[in-house]
Amino acid sequence: MLSQLEGSRAVAEAVACCRPQVVCAYPITPQTHIVEGIGAMVKSQQLEHCRFINVESEFAAMSVAIGASATGARAYTATASQGLLFMIEAVYNAAGLGLPVVMTLANRTIGAPINIWNDHSDAMAVRDSGWVMLFAEDNQTAVDLHIQAFRLAEELSLPVMVCVDGYVLTHATERVDVPAQEQVDAFLPPYEPRQVLDPADPVSIGAMVGPEAFTEVRYLAHATQLRALERIGEVATEFAETFGRHSGGHVSTYHVEDAEVVVVALGSVLGTIKDATDELRDDGTRVGVVGITSFRPFPLDALHEAIGDARKVVVIERAFSVGFGGVLSIDVGLAISDAKARLSTVVAGLGGRAVTEAGIIGVVKDALGNRLEALRFLDLDKEVVNRELARMAGTRRSGLSTENMVRDLGTVASGAL
Amino acid sequence: MSAAENGKPMTTTQPVKFYQVGSFAVGNRLVDPSQRTIQADAARANSITSGHRGCQGCGEALGARYVLDAAMRATEGKLVAVNATGCLEVFTTPYPETSWQLPWIHSLFGNAASVATGVAAALEIRGRDDVRVIAQAGDGGTVDIGFGCLSGMFERNDDVLFVCYDNQAYMNTGVQRSGATPPAARTATTETVGREPGNPFGQGKDLPRLAMAHGIRYVATATVADLHDLEAKVERAMGFRGARYLHVLVPCPLGWSSAPEDTIRIARLAKESGLFPVFEAVDGEVTAASGIRKLVPVEEYLRLQGRFRHLFDSSGAVARSDVVARLQQSADANIEKFGLLRREMV
Repeated sequence: MLSQLEGSRAVAEAVACCRPQVVCAYPITPQTHIVEGIGAMVKSQQLEHCRFINVESEFAAMSVAIGASATGARAYTATASQGLLFMIEAVYNAAGLGLPVVMTLANRTIGAPINIWNDHSDAMAVRDSGWVMLFAEDNQTAVDLHIQAFRLAEELSLPVMVCVDGYVLTHATERVDVPAQEQVDAFLPPYEPRQVLDPADPVSIGAMVGPEAFTEVRYLAHATQLRALERIGEVATEFAETFGRHSGGHVSTYHVEDAEVVVVALGSVLGTIKDATDELRDDGTRVGVVGITSFRPFPLDALHEAIGDARKVVVIERAFSVGFGGVLSIDVGLAISDAKARLSTVVAGLGGRAVTEAGIIGVVKDALGNRLEALRFLDLDKEVVNRELARMAGTRRSGLSTENMVRDLGTVASGAL
Repeated sequence: MSAAENGKPMTTTQPVKFYQVGSFAVGNRLVDPSQRTIQADAARANSITSGHRGCQGCGEALGARYVLDAAMRATEGKLVAVNATGCLEVFTTPYPETSWQLPWIHSLFGNAASVATGVAAALEIRGRDDVRVIAQAGDGGTVDIGFGCLSGMFERNDDVLFVCYDNQAYMNTGVQRSGATPPAARTATTETVGREPGNPFGQGKDLPRLAMAHGIRYVATATVADLHDLEAKVERAMGFRGARYLHVLVPCPLGWSSAPEDTIRIARLAKESGLFPVFEAVDGEVTAASGIRKLVPVEEYLRLQGRFRHLFDSSGAVARSDVVARLQQSADANIEKFGLLRREMV
C-alpha cells in the first residue's frame, strides 16, 4: 500500500511482513526508530509469533540472533556505527556459522570525534566479514531489499546486511509502497534451516577447525558468495514478477549507454548524482551513473558492462581508507577494462556533510577537463586544515586538532548542518 | 546346592548390608539405587562421551559430565547446550570429532549467555519450550569477558541455566589471571615476584553474590568433590524457569600445578577449609549451606598446589605466614557468614 512513511517506519513494516520470530534491539542512532517500530508491532500483536528482546549491547544483539537462528527461528536486528563495531566479533561469527540473520545497518560514521551523522565508514569496516551487503538508494529500495534479504539469506544460509543511509533515508519521509502480507508470504517461504539445534537429532555447531581444512572452509564461504551473486540477480527478477517493480539486483544504471564519464556510488547519494546528471545532460555533457546495490558479493561483470567504454570513472565514496584513499574505488578499478580510462576517487559526505548537486557537477566537469585528481576530498576546507597543520608544526603542545579546527570555524559549523 | 538346582532363577541377588561409619568411604555402589549418581546408570546420557582430549585429572571435564548428564535426566533428554570458547570447547570438539551427544553450539568467548537467550527464545516461539537450555563457560567466560552478556541474561530472567566451571584463571591460553583468581595465586600474569607475590589481595569478583543481586530464582555453588550435591543442584535448578546460575569449583592440575590424582582432594579441601563456601540461594536469599565436616586450616589446601608454592619453604613449612593468615581470614569470614560450622548444617 502506498503511504507517506518515515524510512525507518517503512523498513520496520517491511521486516514485520517477513514474519521475523526473534528480533533483538539495542538503541543506537540513527537505527533506533526501526526497532522501536517493530517492538510496538510485537507489543500490540500486530506482529504475532515474534519475541522482541531488549538486549544490553549490540554484541549481545547479534549473539542472541545467532542462538535464535541456529535454533530454527528467523532472526533480525538493526544497528549502526559504533554499534556495528561493538558487535563485530559476532558479525564475523554469524557468517562463519552460516546463519541467515538479516540486519539493517543505518549507516553512520565512526568516531572519534563522535558524530552521529551519515557516511559509510561502518559498512566498510565489515566489508570482509562474509555477509552479503546490499545498499539501498531510496526508501522504496530499502523496503524491497529487506524482503529479498530474508529470501537470499535463508536460501543460501548466509547473513545479509541491508545498508540504509542514516538520516538521509532512515529519517526521511517519502512515498513508499509497503507490500501486502499475502504478497510477501507468497515470495518468502517459512525458514527451513540447513541444520538446527534439536534434541531429536543432536549436532555440534561451531567446533574447532585446524590448518588442515580452514582454507577449504573459507573458500566455500567465497563460493557461497559467488552463488549469492547469481541468486541476487534471479531473486530480483522473481521479486519483480511478484511485486511488479524492479528492485535490487547487482547494479542500477542511469544514462550509461553513451557516457563519457561514469559516476559510481553506493546508497542515497545516487539521487543527488542523478539530479546532477540531468542538469549536465541538459548541457550536452555525456555523463552516466552506476549505483552498486550488491557491494558484497561484488558484481564485477555487471559493473564492467555498465561502465562500458567510459573514459573517466569517478567513484563518489562516503568513506575512505586512512593512509590510502578510496575503498570502493579499488573494487571498481578491477571492473575497468580500458587501460586508458582514468579512475578518480572523490571522498564526499563524511560525517553527514551534505553532498550537493553543485559539488557533483563540479567534479564531473573537472573529470572531463582532466582537472580531477586521483583522490579528492570534496568541499574540503583547506584553509582550516592548513591553519591547523601550521599550528601543529609551530608548537609541540598545539592542543586537540578537532577542537582547534571547530573553534576556527566558529559556532556556525554546527548550525550549518 | 545352587540356586538353579533349587528351581530359582540364577539372577537372584543377595542384598549387601553396609555399615555407615560417618564418612562417604563406602562409596556410591552401596547407596540405595535411587540415591546413586546418574553416572552409575548404564542408561545415562553420556553427554560428553569418552575420547575427548581433556587433561588427566581435569576438574572441568568431570564437572561438566556430571552437570550435563544430570540436566539430561532432569529434562528427559530435551536439552540444548551453549558453550563459550575455552578448554571445554576445545578439548571436546576437534573437527571432525565431537564428544557431544546432545545438541551443542559454540559461538564466541564472551557471548554464551546471549546465544543461550537466543536459543531459548527460538524454542519458545517455535512452541518447543519443553526443550531446556544450558550455557556453560569457564571463569574467564563468566566473570570477565562474558559478564556483560551474562548480566543481561540474568536481568531479563531468560530461561537459561548458566554454569560456570571455575578453575580460577585462563587455563586454555596458558594460565593467565582472571577476575576469579584467588589472592596470592601464581599465574603467568601474576608471577611470584615483588613485594606481593602472586595475585594481589583485594581484587576479584564474587559471581554467585552478583548473580543473587540480580534477583534470579536460583543460585548455587558446588565442587567436584561432592558430585551428588552437584547433581542434586542441577536437578533443582532445572525445576525452575527463568535465569539460574551454578558456580562449580573445578581444580585444574595444569594451572594449579597439582597432581592429577589430587583434583577431588583439593576441591574437598577448598570447601572444608571454608575458602570456597558451598551453598544454595533461592530468590536472592541463602537457603542452605553445606557444613564443614572436618575443618582444616587453609594451608592444607594451599600446600597441594604449585601455584601457592611460594608461600612454603622447601620442607613444606609455611614461609609466608602473613599471606597465609590473610587467606585464613577470608576462609574464617566465609565460615562465619554462611554458618559452615553449625551442627545442623553437617
